[in-house]
Amino acid sequence: MKTIADLIAEQTFFQGLDQASLDFVAGCGRNVHYAAGDRILTQGESAHTFYLLRSGSVALSFYVPGRGGVIIDTLNGSDVLGWSWLFEPYRWQFDAEAREDVAAVAFDGICLRTKCDADAHLGYLLVQRFAKVMLARLQSVRMRMLDIYGPGSPS
Amino acid sequence: MVLALPADVRAADAMVPVPYRVVGRAQETGDTVTLSLEPVEQPIATPAPGQFNMLYAFGVGEVPISISGIDAGHRVRHTVRAVGAVSQALCAAEAGAMVGVRGPFGTDWGVDSAAGGDVIVIAGGIGLAPLRPVVHELLHNRRRFRRVTVLVGARSPEEIVFRGEVASWQASARITVRTTVDYATAAWKGEVGVVPTLIERVTIDPEVTTVMICGPEVMLRFTAAEVLGRGVAAERVRVSMERNVQCGVGRCGHCQLGPVLICLNGPVFPWSRVGPLVARREL
Repeated sequence: MKTIADLIAEQTFFQGLDQASLDFVAGCGRNVHYAAGDRILTQGESAHTFYLLRSGSVALSFYVPGRGGVIIDTLNGSDVLGWSWLFEPYRWQFDAEAREDVAAVAFDGICLRTKCDADAHLGYLLVQRFAKVMLARLQSVRMRMLDIYGPGSPS
Repeated sequence: MVLALPADVRAADAMVPVPYRVVGRAQETGDTVTLSLEPVEQPIATPAPGQFNMLYAFGVGEVPISISGIDAGHRVRHTVRAVGAVSQALCAAEAGAMVGVRGPFGTDWGVDSAAGGDVIVIAGGIGLAPLRPVVHELLHNRRRFRRVTVLVGARSPEEIVFRGEVASWQASARITVRTTVDYATAAWKGEVGVVPTLIERVTIDPEVTTVMICGPEVMLRFTAAEVLGRGVAAERVRVSMERNVQCGVGRCGHCQLGPVLICLNGPVFPWSRVGPLVARREL
């Protein structure tokens, strides 16, 4: 049976971390499963977890009065879900719902923050990885802001 | 890939529109229509996937429109988005209306040259139109290709062109189809995000993969960068370019992009040829 360290070692997000760091981080993780339709995160609630998706699909949405839940992003296997645990005030900014059965490793954010405070080098490596994910998502949002398929785009 | 119109072939005739009749009209999205056209007299040459025709809305003007369907009996389909006077007139054409057709012009996708390997077709918005005949050919000759993946992006679920057909490709399971949109409500079951984000979810064997991309130029650039980042050589990445095509035969120069003419040397190019050009604003 695979350990949490084995599982996360397979994920791109943790590639390049040495075994000692993987074991250190894995100490904060546990396997979780969600059925399709389950709410994983709720906007405004305390954010003390981050998820590394292993399989399944998750919709990030924002509730807009009059329009209901607007999906702003979808995440799949090997994607990272949640970074509000890293920054004060540690509150989720969006809702997240499983669109199909989800298997993930859930990391205790308080445990991780404590370990990162104690080991600044590891903290730096992790924040670098989160920054890369954030950059990719920011680029994606910027592209959507261009509205390249909108009115006035070429035929 | 082949040029549809060698320099020594009917240069004068290439400027004369041939009358075609609208025999079918399908409203794809709020502003996009697919017209089925049949020749009234002599048909144009049979086009290859990726080529385009010049469509003439009589009394209004002429625009280049990619070929979205190549049917039996010399029937061709064109999918037109109403963005200007000519395209609005074409979109308004009902069954029985006449339009002028010149073509087919330009290079094709070279689907045959991808045989034996994997093919990834990537479309953004109405960019699916010139790739639709490619998907038809891939499905028709499915055994000649290994993995076939079609990635489709649009602004919203309602703005996916050929929506029913894309769903049927997906349902057939003969090819892998993934769709993504910029905005959606909870009813949408596809992905939300930009097309390049779909690429990281695709298995790519770079040595044997041919990639064909069509969409807005910004999408082309980001998508090509993502594909190159996965190790696919720029020569194996083909894109369909759009510029101000007017004559269609390389005479007027309106569609010049640095050293190439889109109408004559394109519209389908290997990224190795046009990648360095689209990065330059001055061209």
